[in-house]
Amino acid sequence: MRLEARGGVSRFALVAAPFAAVAFTLVVSGLFVAWAGAPLGRTYALIFEGGFGSRFAWSETLTRATPLILTGLAAAVAFRAHFYNIGAEGQLYAGALAAVAVGGLADGSGWASSPALLFPAMIAAAMAAGALLLLMPALLRTRLHVDEVVTTLLLNFIVLLFVSMMLEGPMKDPAAMGWPQSVALTDGLQLAKLIPRTRLHTGLLWGLALAGLLWAVLRYTTFGFAVRAVGANARAAAFAGVPVTRTTIAVALLSGALAGLAGAIEVAGRTAYVTLDMSPGYGYSGIVIAMLAGLNPLGVVAAAIFVAGVLVGADSMSRGVAVPTYIAEVIVAISLLSMLVATAFARYRLRWN
Amino acid sequence: MDPRAPVLRLTGITKRFGPLTANDAISLELAHGEVLALLGENGAGKSTLVSILFGHYVPDEGTIEAFGRPLPPGDPAAALAAGIGMVHQHFALADNLSVLDNVMLGTEPLWRPKSRRAEARARLVATAQRFGLAVDPDARVAALSVGERQRVEILKALTRDARVLILDEPTAVLTPQESESLFATLERLVAEGLSLIFISHKLPEVLRVSDRIAVLRAGKLVATRATESADRGALAHLMVGRDVPAPVARPHTAGSVVCAIEGVTVANALTSVSLALRAGEIAAIAGVSGNGQQALAEILCGLRAPDAGRVTVAGRALPADARAWIAAGVARIPDDRHAVGLIGDLPLWENAIAEHYRTRFARRGIVRRRAARRFAREVVGRFDVRAGGGVDTPARALSGGNMQKLILGRALAGEAAGGTAPPLIVANQPTWGLDIGAVAFVHQQLLDACARGAAVLLISDDLDEIFALADRIAVIHGGRLTPARPAADWDLPAIGLAMAGASA
Repeated sequence: MRLEARGGVSRFALVAAPFAAVAFTLVVSGLFVAWAGAPLGRTYALIFEGGFGSRFAWSETLTRATPLILTGLAAAVAFRAHFYNIGAEGQLYAGALAAVAVGGLADGSGWASSPALLFPAMIAAAMAAGALLLLMPALLRTRLHVDEVVTTLLLNFIVLLFVSMMLEGPMKDPAAMGWPQSVALTDGLQLAKLIPRTRLHTGLLWGLALAGLLWAVLRYTTFGFAVRAVGANARAAAFAGVPVTRTTIAVALLSGALAGLAGAIEVAGRTAYVTLDMSPGYGYSGIVIAMLAGLNPLGVVAAAIFVAGVLVGADSMSRGVAVPTYIAEVIVAISLLSMLVATAFARYRLRWN
Repeated sequence: MDPRAPVLRLTGITKRFGPLTANDAISLELAHGEVLALLGENGAGKSTLVSILFGHYVPDEGTIEAFGRPLPPGDPAAALAAGIGMVHQHFALADNLSVLDNVMLGTEPLWRPKSRRAEARARLVATAQRFGLAVDPDARVAALSVGERQRVEILKALTRDARVLILDEPTAVLTPQESESLFATLERLVAEGLSLIFISHKLPEVLRVSDRIAVLRAGKLVATRATESADRGALAHLMVGRDVPAPVARPHTAGSVVCAIEGVTVANALTSVSLALRAGEIAAIAGVSGNGQQALAEILCGLRAPDAGRVTVAGRALPADARAWIAAGVARIPDDRHAVGLIGDLPLWENAIAEHYRTRFARRGIVRRRAARRFAREVVGRFDVRAGGGVDTPARALSGGNMQKLILGRALAGEAAGGTAPPLIVANQPTWGLDIGAVAFVHQQLLDACARGAAVLLISDDLDEIFALADRIAVIHGGRLTPARPAADWDLPAIGLAMAGASA
């Protein structure tokens, strides 16, 4: 048994691959549902209904998709340049903490300033925090060839412990009755609701706009060309005079800034303060979403909505039938694996002998 | 067994990769004690055919018989067991192990607790003696010369009782002297009753070693000829399918020094290398690859700085920054098209402008796509780059020859994009792995550029190429460069000695 390169890759195969992957995912996930003893059709129907079946379901799914779009973009742009930022989770928390540091302490400690000034400062602080967190791994990678997968992954734990320290200490909200949570943002800094009486906020528009912007940057600008060239073949890019080190560092800063922004948008749009469970792994899901999207910024939007819908749908499904919500993570994980296999099969064929 | 029965019989071998038919109904026989040469250009299907023979690929149609018995397809172990041995062009040796270890590698079952080294050693020594292949069983492979490594590869096959030996481009990495010694070894092998398949695209050596020549072209077996009655011109015609124009030489008038290399030293690679490159002249550096050419080429492409010494272009020392060299108009042709020359995933047009993406083809940070594509189309037209999907074709889909034409075009067609003709061309192994037609094209481009006044540095391990093009030749060995002398002052033995490190 071996893999053999196909002569040419047809467009049809590349388009059909994601659909085949989703179909395969539903079949395999179905085995787990059946194992849990629940009716298959009803379970899937409930997941779909919970994720996409009503106005409310859509509002919840899109609310969940908002940070996922941003972390997905963070991963996609970095992976495009072959910089494997696994630390979006930590950068998201760093961004959230920085946002609250700027925008939340306004109440008591003298940041008295108009929201018109404070809001951009808050956003800038969050992006800078995320970017700075990636600066060291980027420098270690470009100067000393230290694998950024290891450094960014491990930084996540450091950041989470740091956030925990801050929430128990200097940034603890005295009014939170002992819960480790930060002070809250002032009302003037919170994002407006997109649809009244839902949780959906204008952060979604930020995500959509940035996805479009990143797509255009990658496609039309010299920076985008450098990113794609470095990612596709760094040696050839260097030969042609593309500044590989500078491009890698710039992409790392951009990726960190996007993940930091995700933290600020979550705080300003949904939670208003930082807790240690504000992100159920948005940073890691961003990696899955970027891969599902084939590292295309516009694809990230679709993939983020798909993943968010599955997560939200599974939550509501588990209230109806006896399947744990973990099925959502099984579905997302299997869809990623089958997506990777499906794209491989679009390029290679299997030979038995 | 009847000694006159063929040891190998290939019947109707067909292999397709998508729309490409790499082997088209090829039938061949190899007689006992025969040296059969497989002659063909790159991409003619030689490698595919022997890969099928050795079990790396499964043929779509056709059968193979070895010593009268059918050989199961796609099973290298069965091929080995049937007595088929292979010496790859790129050796499959573990550098940090001894010769004996390398020969034993893969011959012992995993679960046997005790290794039979003594037995294997005796066997290796006996085989080496029988075939006259002197080699120290305890020498580390890393310490061996290329010729010796090839000997180890041959011994590896022989100790496994190979009766048929396939040699894939065996002279590509050898000096002329080492090649002679290889040819003597091959005669010895045949005298001992082996049958050989000798793969090459070089006519002179094919005529020198083989008994019979099978010519492959575009996947088809176009002719088999007995070597004694074969004619060089006819073979070349069969191989290419058309007449190849010989590069037109031009009167040689060297101008002023364009690029001066003075005492350039790089730790573990180059020792005080000096060379002056003059306008209108082709200077060549001959040598077996791995003797410092890489470091020198990297310096002259702006990719690295020498530890000592300096390089000036038009009187100016340039920093180790590719952009500065590109801005100075240096046309650079790297040795590895796939890894260094082009970015395979990007379309042809983006590769064409890669050296100028931030200068000529950008405005305020935005790539000028229309100008870029126009330039790419011009390169494609002027340098005859054949690409199925036009300038949007991904570079990886191009054949080797077309890749090289694209790189040449990018480097030389600067004028088309508002630049000037390159004053200096650095060409590192510019025709490596190209078919005859593409080789002639590349050579003609270099000659033309030179006639227009460019200084050309040609780094090559192909002596035919060097003698065909160079006005002056220097030889590199162990990081030291001999003084450059007019091409007419060198002959093959002298250059071979210099390549092997004898002080000239």
